[in-house]
Amino acid sequence: MASIEQQAKGKKDGEIRYLTPLNIETSKAKKYCMFKKSGIRYVDYKDPDFLMRFINEQGKILPRRLTGTSLKYQRKVAVAVKRARHLALMPYVADLLK
Amino acid sequence: MHALGKVLRELNNYFKRFYMNHYETVFILNPVLSEEQIKETVKKYEDFLVSRGAKMIAKEDWGLKKLAYPIQHKKSGFYHLFEHAAENGDSINGLEVEFGRDERIMRNLTVSLDKHAISWAERRRARNNKKA
Repeated sequence: MASIEQQAKGKKDGEIRYLTPLNIETSKAKKYCMFKKSGIRYVDYKDPDFLMRFINEQGKILPRRLTGTSLKYQRKVAVAVKRARHLALMPYVADLLK
Repeated sequence: MHALGKVLRELNNYFKRFYMNHYETVFILNPVLSEEQIKETVKKYEDFLVSRGAKMIAKEDWGLKKLAYPIQHKKSGFYHLFEHAAENGDSINGLEVEFGRDERIMRNLTVSLDKHAISWAERRRARNNKKA
């Protein structure tokens, strides 16, 4: 273990050094596709409560980088949301939906 | 190659007799209609489908539901669902024209069901029957 003086004179400039290693959780929970995980084969447009998980507060469809949905099911989710909107089961535009 | 295509086409035609395409139609009726008018309208489209050679599989009445946004200045509507099967899309083409002409219908949506959708529809029906 290097002394404080030695650490302060570290070779790399601007590098922050700590006396004790910080205990921060850096690994995030892995996202997963809930359709693949729970074996759902068909995304039903008649169930707006379920589709609520895939839209944001304004009623926009969330990207799959946020929800973790696989490409195959993201396409189906998008179609289902659009069908639900057409039938006024879900809003096209909204505010403070959640 | 030509002969193979012919054989495949004949096989396809042969099997077509055993399966029909499944469709699902949801339509929203004007909320100002009386109960009798609603029954009459639903009956009309049911008869229409049957007369065009479609087979009715299921009917659902979701009742008066609030709309997520106003349609024709109305905030609610009567939702009805038909599940039907037909050999081709002729019945649906006519149905959608009729829906468009009818002022009592505020919205309609017809989708074809794939095999996963059909199995889901069956499970959903079983669940609804259990509840009722």
